[in-house]
Amino acid sequence: METVIEVKGLSKSFTLHQQHGVVLNVLEDLCFSVLAGECLILHGSSGAGKSTLLRTLYGNYLPAEGSIRLLHQGQMVEVVGAEPRQTLALRRTTIGYVSQFLRVIPRVSCLNVVMEPALARGIAPGLARQRAGDLLQRLGIAERLWTLAPGTFSGGEQQRVNIARSFMVHWPVLLLDEPTASLDEANCDVVIGLIKEARQAGSALIAISHDPSTRNAIADRYLDMTPSEVNHAC
Amino acid sequence: MSARLESGSLEAGYNFAYLDEQTKRSLRRGLLKAVAIPGFQVPFGGREMPLPYGWGTGGMQVTAAVLGQDDVLKVIDQGADDTTNAVSIRRFFQRTAGVKTTLRTEEATIIQTRHRIPETPLRSGQIMVYQVPIPEPLRFIEPSDSETRAMHALNDYGVMHVKLYEDIATYGHIATTYAYPVLVNQRYVMDPSPIPKFDNPKLNMSPALMLFGAGREKRLYALPPYTQVTSLDFEDHPFELPRWDQSCAFCGSHESYLDELIVDDSGTRQFVCSDTDYCSQRSAQQEATA
Amino acid sequence: MRALLSVRDLTLLYGPEQGCQGVNFDLYPGEVLGIVGESGSGKSTLLSVLAGRHTPDVGQVIYHCPDNGALNLYQASEARRRSLLRTEWGFVEQNPRDGLRMNVSAGANIGERLMAQGVRHYGQLRQAGLQWLKQVEIDPARIDDLPRTFSGGMQQRLQIARNLVSSPRLIFMDEPTGGLDVSVQAQLLDLLRGLVRELQLAVIIVTHDLAVARLLADRLMVMRRSRVVEAGLTDQILDDPQHAYSQLLVSSVLQT
Repeated sequence: METVIEVKGLSKSFTLHQQHGVVLNVLEDLCFSVLAGECLILHGSSGAGKSTLLRTLYGNYLPAEGSIRLLHQGQMVEVVGAEPRQTLALRRTTIGYVSQFLRVIPRVSCLNVVMEPALARGIAPGLARQRAGDLLQRLGIAERLWTLAPGTFSGGEQQRVNIARSFMVHWPVLLLDEPTASLDEANCDVVIGLIKEARQAGSALIAISHDPSTRNAIADRYLDMTPSEVNHAC
Repeated sequence: MSARLESGSLEAGYNFAYLDEQTKRSLRRGLLKAVAIPGFQVPFGGREMPLPYGWGTGGMQVTAAVLGQDDVLKVIDQGADDTTNAVSIRRFFQRTAGVKTTLRTEEATIIQTRHRIPETPLRSGQIMVYQVPIPEPLRFIEPSDSETRAMHALNDYGVMHVKLYEDIATYGHIATTYAYPVLVNQRYVMDPSPIPKFDNPKLNMSPALMLFGAGREKRLYALPPYTQVTSLDFEDHPFELPRWDQSCAFCGSHESYLDELIVDDSGTRQFVCSDTDYCSQRSAQQEATA
Repeated sequence: MRALLSVRDLTLLYGPEQGCQGVNFDLYPGEVLGIVGESGSGKSTLLSVLAGRHTPDVGQVIYHCPDNGALNLYQASEARRRSLLRTEWGFVEQNPRDGLRMNVSAGANIGERLMAQGVRHYGQLRQAGLQWLKQVEIDPARIDDLPRTFSGGMQQRLQIARNLVSSPRLIFMDEPTGGLDVSVQAQLLDLLRGLVRELQLAVIIVTHDLAVARLLADRLMVMRRSRVVEAGLTDQILDDPQHAYSQLLVSSVLQT
């Protein structure tokens, strides 16, 4: 199986200028790699930098130092220092991110929110609509809600709309930040099922989950983010 | 009334045609520029004339600039030689220049006009001088002078058709009936002065020299002889000449521009040629052959 | 893919730190660049220089035309610049009154660019007007109405239609949602998002509203006192600002 994600010497710190320039070193000299079809679980106490790592991989946070290489359209591409349009191209076709929170845009219906990643890849609206409907149904979002904007949905419903959106298309790299938080057991199972399908399809996944049953169901390997442990993954 | 009037008594104390020679030269320099760039508005240093703005001061300054001792002057107002303004202006030049004047189009060398072109075709060697109130064809839609000047300079005339579009949207047809904008020499958009659109075709490839003077706005423009002048329109709403059902009540013409007159208290209408010289010559001819 | 617009060392200063200086970037087709900053930061100055409205003191703006020519904006003639702004470029003014002809109908406003390009068929012009009114969600029955009779949001949408009718590749927007009610803003932003995506427009948008920036822009430039203090991916700048001023700006936004 080929390497899809390769991280070397990654460091991330935050300088809080508003607080007298306090510097928080969250990631230091991180090294690891993930193969296609593999799921790596990030492990560690709150504040250890798990979410930070995911966001840094996604380009949402700016790394201080190091290298992140992803398999993009057949080639290993360096993400650190990439131009905004290159990062956006990666986000369109290669790297997906399932966050805990749904970004709510006024007036955009639930269905359109879910369809968007497919439309961005040029998939025909009819097909996109079909798949979106299937996913929403699988995740238990009632059809009468599909034309409504998700701004008024409950936290759990928003979470499930978010999941549907994330699994609309195949992602060679998929980052998941607490994908099953605030879901009941039945929905949890659905999501785990989707994750397993993605893994089977060859996606490389990196996930954070505080829920042991979720972790057990999807994990291939663990990366312990507790500071003293982190270095020996290289 | 004899067709050719004798020179009136020359007033003492005025330079020939009222304006001083330097002013006339500066006007002629402006006119030369205008002739060199057909349809382009040339600014000029307008002088105080002994009548207020809005009464033909621009046209008079142009006439004064080009008038020579041997010229024969005709002055018309809405086609007529005998209205108050036409009479006054004709007398003005008689008194200040002592030139011969005439009512007959074909005898004149210079014709100053307000709001009409004579029916009788003009010939090479004649000069038409038009009185112009607002020289800027884009003024109604673009109030800024610097902007309109830029538009002319850069051939940026999209906005001109906007007005015509609006007419069609509002009235179903292009509603402009006078001062109908034209494209000169395929380059400048020009306001032909408030002549009826009926007269627009007479501007195209005319053998005469056409000079336009706006006194209040202080602009000159010109059409040298044989200049291409086309009226603006749309492909699916082409420029059309107005037609009357009636003929002239005096001379019977069905081709000329007709004025509608109310002749009695019960509102009886009569249609009469606007061009008095054209009409009277035709009537005289008919009497002669009758 | 080649850049659409290349900006090098662009400077126009009215006074010390007033205006813009040393601005460098490349804009690619389909990219939305947001310029954010507080009042006086120079963002509007920068926009007007980029759009060909004010000659800079130093620097160049190079536009790469579809036929592979490169146009140095301020070396070209005034005629070329105006022609560009009527065809391949658009400018959406903050106040729609500045970007519309208020005394002619909506249809005439939309048709003007086409007329300027030489379209001389009334029927075609009217069709284009109806089509674009629908695109910007204005009732086509209002095609003959004066913009004076439209609400602020409708005027703004009409302004957008007026610009888009010539199928531009690059649009400049100066605070397009400023002064509009929140619900109206939402409608306008939604419309803009859709059009940008559908028409593959490149956009340079000036805004002081970070929420608008997050929604519309792919990348941001943060300006402060005439300089660009930080530039990059929108969500990265808003979620992980590096510069002290960017951090201040982001932390100052009120959360509802």
